[in-house]
Amino acid sequence: MTLPRRRHGAAPWLFLAPFLLLFLLFVAVPFGGALWLAFRHGDAATGAAGLQFVGLGNFRFALADPLFWQSLGNTLVLTLLAGVPQHLLALALAWMIYRYLGRLTGLAGIVGMVPYVTSAIAIALVFTTLLSSEYGLVNQWLARIGLGPFDWLHDPLLLKLSIAALVCWRYVGWNTVLYLTALQALPVALLDAAAIDGAGGWQRFRHVVLPQLRPMIILALTLTLIGGCQLFDEPFIVAPDGGTERAGLTTTLYLYRLAFDAGDLGGAAAMGWLLLVSTVTLVLAFNLLWGRGAWRRVE
Amino acid sequence: MAAGGISVIRNAAAFLGIAVPASGLQARGAARRASGKFAVSLLLAVAAALLLLPFWSLLVFASHDGADIFAMPPPASFGQHFGANLAALSLTPFWQAMGNSIYVAVCATVLSLLVSSLAGFALALYEFRGRRVLLGLAVLSMLLPPFLTVVPYFFWISWLGWLDQFRALYLPAAVNGLGVLLMRQYIASAIPAALLEAARLDGCNEFQLYWRIVLPLCRPALATLAVISFIGAWNNFLIPLVILPSPEHYTAPLALRALQGPAGADWGAVMAGALVAIVPTLIALLLAARHWRGVMASHAPH
Repeated sequence: MTLPRRRHGAAPWLFLAPFLLLFLLFVAVPFGGALWLAFRHGDAATGAAGLQFVGLGNFRFALADPLFWQSLGNTLVLTLLAGVPQHLLALALAWMIYRYLGRLTGLAGIVGMVPYVTSAIAIALVFTTLLSSEYGLVNQWLARIGLGPFDWLHDPLLLKLSIAALVCWRYVGWNTVLYLTALQALPVALLDAAAIDGAGGWQRFRHVVLPQLRPMIILALTLTLIGGCQLFDEPFIVAPDGGTERAGLTTTLYLYRLAFDAGDLGGAAAMGWLLLVSTVTLVLAFNLLWGRGAWRRVE
Repeated sequence: MAAGGISVIRNAAAFLGIAVPASGLQARGAARRASGKFAVSLLLAVAAALLLLPFWSLLVFASHDGADIFAMPPPASFGQHFGANLAALSLTPFWQAMGNSIYVAVCATVLSLLVSSLAGFALALYEFRGRRVLLGLAVLSMLLPPFLTVVPYFFWISWLGWLDQFRALYLPAAVNGLGVLLMRQYIASAIPAALLEAARLDGCNEFQLYWRIVLPLCRPALATLAVISFIGAWNNFLIPLVILPSPEHYTAPLALRALQGPAGADWGAVMAGALVAIVPTLIALLLAARHWRGVMASHAPH
């Protein structure tokens, strides 16, 4: 049931005025500024006057900068390292909760949301303590079973794994809740029919549930891709300068350093656009490859 | 593409609205084999333990001093340093930062509720030229990534002379596309048309309609939006990082970062601070969960 809409002169515009004003000030102007800055270079300390038009200079600079490419690669690798296990785990957990947990489902949802609502900074600090190479809890436990010590925060590969583990830990519960919501929307009759036809638990999941979950899987993976491309808080705490061999330098972290440490606002703006183009390309490619028709079905 | 984007966001909003499933909705798992159920419960318990383990460490570490935290073996139970750690925090601007965070998050939440519900009301009730464009703007405001606009935003804010001022944080937070779509959806589907007609016949003007009839009926949607806005504002890191240079204006995440410091952090104090700083969002989550459960229960078939 949807409310019928009527015409009422200027009334809608009065109600919309606050949103429009704030949109103009804090979305439209910065967006225009991002376009303007991307083509300018110079000393920003003197304000806009210190910036000269340089055409495509910033984009040429970014594309020729090996660190920029490395940061894009890092971002992609971290997104995959954190994303793949995260969604496999979330699907499995959601299915188990849905099938077996009954009355405790709500509690499971809350537990899953706890890491998601927790400040990334606070939790990255805890992870830094736990993963500290000499005295961290993780290495002390591993030493008990004769492993390690591992230099989680400094070895280039392990640093990536540590950041990925932190990101995975933070979002696995959120994705579980998304999948759980989709599972609960499934028609119960569907599962019952499959059970009557003699399908076992795994077969039911693989052939009945998974195809039905596809729209939600596409959506959740898309959100992970978008979020992954913006990864900033976690690497900023774990490896503020990008870490050994810049293994933890994500593009947003590099862009931040470039703008606010090196003062190259134009270069950073150009990199922002390049990152946006990469993100959109990635998301579109993913959705064209896997998501055909999935959106219509979510609707 | 735009229409596709709108449906994505609308769906995302719908998921957020019902993000935490209510217990009791599932009477389906009744007749399962007991052994399988036990094994799965064990697995789920392990998963929950892993998920909550860092919080347990945080709780334990917050009650020890730095030397204990990195001792061999590490502390497994609570120590006696929690008070001392809190006292150490008092030597830094941490408590002020907590106050700043509360101020910013509350302002952002109230403004975002007001702005979103006003806009959602207009989009749900009226037919006007440009309505679709407005919906598109709401979606756009969610899709523009912060990394793209953070640099020009910093430039713009310093031009306005708003650097180091809280309004540079809570005013942009009030542009909440998700909130607008959420409120529009809720108002369009939950408010009976007859009620609006009756109110208009009784002489309500359009603003009274919004303030006295629609807003009070929107409590569930407002509560959901409040929690989302509060948590988002509280955990925001990148924008405060570039907007607030002075320590006395730090928000909680910035103050935590500053405690980490380059030279010899007091890890006991850092852990106590992290613990204190996550409490408000945890409370928000619990409030939301209780609320959602109530909403679900009232809609459940009897």
